[in-house]
Amino acid sequence: MNPFSIIWKFLDRTYHRLASPREFYTIAQYATPIFGFLSLILIISGAYLGLFEAPADYQQGDSFRIIYVHVPAAWLSLFVYMVMATASAIGLIWRMKMAFVVAICSAPLGAVFTALALITGSIWGKPIWGTWWTWDARLTSELILLFIYFGVMATYYAFEERKTAEKAMAMLSIVGVVIVPIIHYSVEWWTSLHQGQTIFAEGGPRMPADMLTPLILMIFGFMFFYGYALFLAAQNKVLTQERKARWVRELIQKTGNQR
Amino acid sequence: MNWAEFFNMGGYAFHVWTSWALSIGALITIVIVAKLNNAKIKKELERQIRREAKLQQEK
Repeated sequence: MNPFSIIWKFLDRTYHRLASPREFYTIAQYATPIFGFLSLILIISGAYLGLFEAPADYQQGDSFRIIYVHVPAAWLSLFVYMVMATASAIGLIWRMKMAFVVAICSAPLGAVFTALALITGSIWGKPIWGTWWTWDARLTSELILLFIYFGVMATYYAFEERKTAEKAMAMLSIVGVVIVPIIHYSVEWWTSLHQGQTIFAEGGPRMPADMLTPLILMIFGFMFFYGYALFLAAQNKVLTQERKARWVRELIQKTGNQR
Repeated sequence: MNWAEFFNMGGYAFHVWTSWALSIGALITIVIVAKLNNAKIKKELERQIRREAKLQQEK
């Protein structure tokens, strides 16, 4: 057998396993503690290095330590959106039920990260820029992202029938994806109060290693946290949606007997 | 570096600690809400299964 057909078979099997609610639930059950553990380790080490070991910034002093929660939250607000839009597209194109579960469970998480990015940014802006808020390209587009997340959730819950709700929600999240590049490039396209790219700057990151390492750790910690929270929420969603299925019944009875 | 100096954050104590507390607090809240929700769903399902079993017996 050639290696391509082995890879293809593996992908095909994984895809079909992910498409079945029962298999998806099992995978989520195994993945949840792994993601949770990794996220905890990364956030604790990132927080330690960021708060204790990283030197104070020469211009912003210790206030720059807000970066270690602000940038991961902002990064995740876009990352979660990309996951949500991709899952929505997969759900619409291949009619994959579980893709819609991933999409709808991502929306509130993305909204929390967006709100955190806005709030921590505002708290950081007050001492450094001298204002809590300004109608600047980066800030305004991030605020629009928050409203898109609300819109996606509202659309989903506005329909009685689940399939209609899933389709409408998926369409909106795909259309809304235009906001992602706008937010990302806003600091380059418009003159902004917000500082430019730090990590993906031209010519490498604009930060010394002892400031950058904790930031990278926190970003990965937040990403694993998203995975963790997503799997938790998805398990709940699958249990609710499949409550009439036999495997759910058996699962509930089994855990009930253990108590 | 002593602890008082650490908590003072070079005069930015309010800004740094509010941001951190809100962020970590939000993450913890997400997990608590999901776990409570899970317990509620399982309890509800359990009750329903018991109710159905009882109906079956009465038949």
